[in-house]
Amino acid sequence: MEADSSTIISTRDLTKRFGDFTAVDGVTFEVQRGEVVGYLGPNGSGKTTTIRMLCGLLRPTSGSAQVVGLDIAKHADQIKGQIGYMSQKFALYDDLTVRENLEFYAGVYDVQESQIKSRLDEIYHLAGLEERINARTVTLSGGWRQRLALGCALVHHPPLLFLDEPTSGVDPVARREFWDLIYQLADTGTTVFVTTHYMDEAEHCGRVGFMLDGQLLAFDTPHDLKKHHLKGAAWTLGLDPLLEGVEILSKTPGIVQARLNGDQAQAIIVPGEWTPETLASMLTSRGLSVGEIKTVEPTLEDVFTLLAHG
Amino acid sequence: MSSSNPDSELLLETEDLVKTFGPLRAVNGLNLQVGEGEMVGLVGPDGAGKTTTMRLLCGALTLTSGKIRVAGYDIPRHVEQARENIGYLAQRFSLYGDLSVSENLDFFGEVFGVSPEERKVRSQELLAFAGLEKFASRRARALSGGMQKKLGLATALVHRPKVMLLDEPTGGVDPVARQEFWHLLVGLLRGGSAVLVSTPYMDEAMRFNRVVFMNKGRALIQGAPRQLIQRLQGRILELAAEPQIAARRLAESDPDVEDVHAFGDRLHLRVRENTAIASRLPGMLAASGIRLFHLRPVEPTLEDVFIQLLESDTNGS
Repeated sequence: MEADSSTIISTRDLTKRFGDFTAVDGVTFEVQRGEVVGYLGPNGSGKTTTIRMLCGLLRPTSGSAQVVGLDIAKHADQIKGQIGYMSQKFALYDDLTVRENLEFYAGVYDVQESQIKSRLDEIYHLAGLEERINARTVTLSGGWRQRLALGCALVHHPPLLFLDEPTSGVDPVARREFWDLIYQLADTGTTVFVTTHYMDEAEHCGRVGFMLDGQLLAFDTPHDLKKHHLKGAAWTLGLDPLLEGVEILSKTPGIVQARLNGDQAQAIIVPGEWTPETLASMLTSRGLSVGEIKTVEPTLEDVFTLLAHG
Repeated sequence: MSSSNPDSELLLETEDLVKTFGPLRAVNGLNLQVGEGEMVGLVGPDGAGKTTTMRLLCGALTLTSGKIRVAGYDIPRHVEQARENIGYLAQRFSLYGDLSVSENLDFFGEVFGVSPEERKVRSQELLAFAGLEKFASRRARALSGGMQKKLGLATALVHRPKVMLLDEPTGGVDPVARQEFWHLLVGLLRGGSAVLVSTPYMDEAMRFNRVVFMNKGRALIQGAPRQLIQRLQGRILELAAEPQIAARRLAESDPDVEDVHAFGDRLHLRVRENTAIASRLPGMLAASGIRLFHLRPVEPTLEDVFIQLLESDTNGS
């Protein structure tokens, strides 16, 4: 199969075993240039191992993948120069300043000497680091460190960027700003492949993949993931006590699943099985105090909960 | 969560708590109270002083001024007795990767001076509590991130503390594992513990009895989550329009729009109080050739409150 030039990642039965443990199990998908792809799954489901193979850092046990037109098994070294990778535990040099860290990575990625200064200026501007150029990295807060790490991953102007839980451990404001940055990159044609445990972030992605136990269970737009996997309407319910309420709902026929959503329960109701009135009276008879019941739009967290439970 | 009992015993109290590091006032006059059976959330931006507060409360750092009282004991004067009553789960806690799950529990039991017989009983209880029985002999390093967090919580509970200090216990954990962790926390409250927990997840913070928003070492505001989101009632509008970028630019240019952010394929606008923007914006969009799908008020979230509080704190001082 000839890969289309608009295809930037293409995998076929990609598999990685560690001893008798299969971390990634026959994963096949394609990503087109300019897409923002979210890659979801429980801890330990194989997301990071997939990324590490695509970055040329781990050799697959079997299967194949082409990244930026290169075979990951044959051209791992060339791939590294054409992608940006921000790992979960990114390495910044605390004793170096912001500029020195960027210069260091520019050296690692063989950015031409004559281009370093203009590229660094672009990155300061993009990441909003202008006022911190000479700050020592150790003095930066989590949100700024993360922007700097992103800058380091972008210093060689890669067309494809892998971000592995980039917003883990940063506050909500920094998270929003980070996603604004991702959109700016996508607008200029950079392809972004990002893992996250924040389902609201996944809603921002053009397409979302979902892994479980090494397998890619689904790969689609947020809209179609909800449409194809959630066989019912989403309702929120104010319940007291809340946890007992969620447990009762989880075991109730005609309810696909129930979970916590903020201080309420959120359930997927099979069409025609319940009305708000019949459900409220059932719950009341089980000793719960029932507040408002509302139809809401389902979220990717509903899909995640469903797929993760198999 | 149901509201807390106002008559419950105060298990954790600070008064004008201050901690300075050189010129930096990391905690700057903090007043906190957590009662028996109560779960209080500490939220705020990076560097707000949340972790420093946790460390002061467990006696790992010495306060500069003010008062701390845990389970009736003053810190630092009676720090040893206070510590016997505290379970602390640090953001980066250590488990022994080479030890099994039950060996880790036994080890931490020994550190906290729990007798060998009691440790046996307690380990079984905690394995059951954390749902880790099946994994008792698995090495800690072979656990998934979510299970490591549960084991971390269990190790902080071996000495039956009355006060739990949990610093971002669910950071980096997937949504399903976070829900399971929540079940454990609610179990603690039923046992009468007082729990102070920090989290970056605002949906989680909705379930605390009270939320304390910290910034620059101070509590900006505290209250029940529902009460806090009331502050922004009617001021968050959802806008679905195409092209989204043009709609965003237009919205941002309106003086009554304080903040815009993308929420999937929609925009959420935070608008001034009593603005007429909802009647004005559709015409503005149409005049710019932007197709409007809907514009409607949505319920504010704690994240909206968080962002608004931070902006007004930054602009106001």
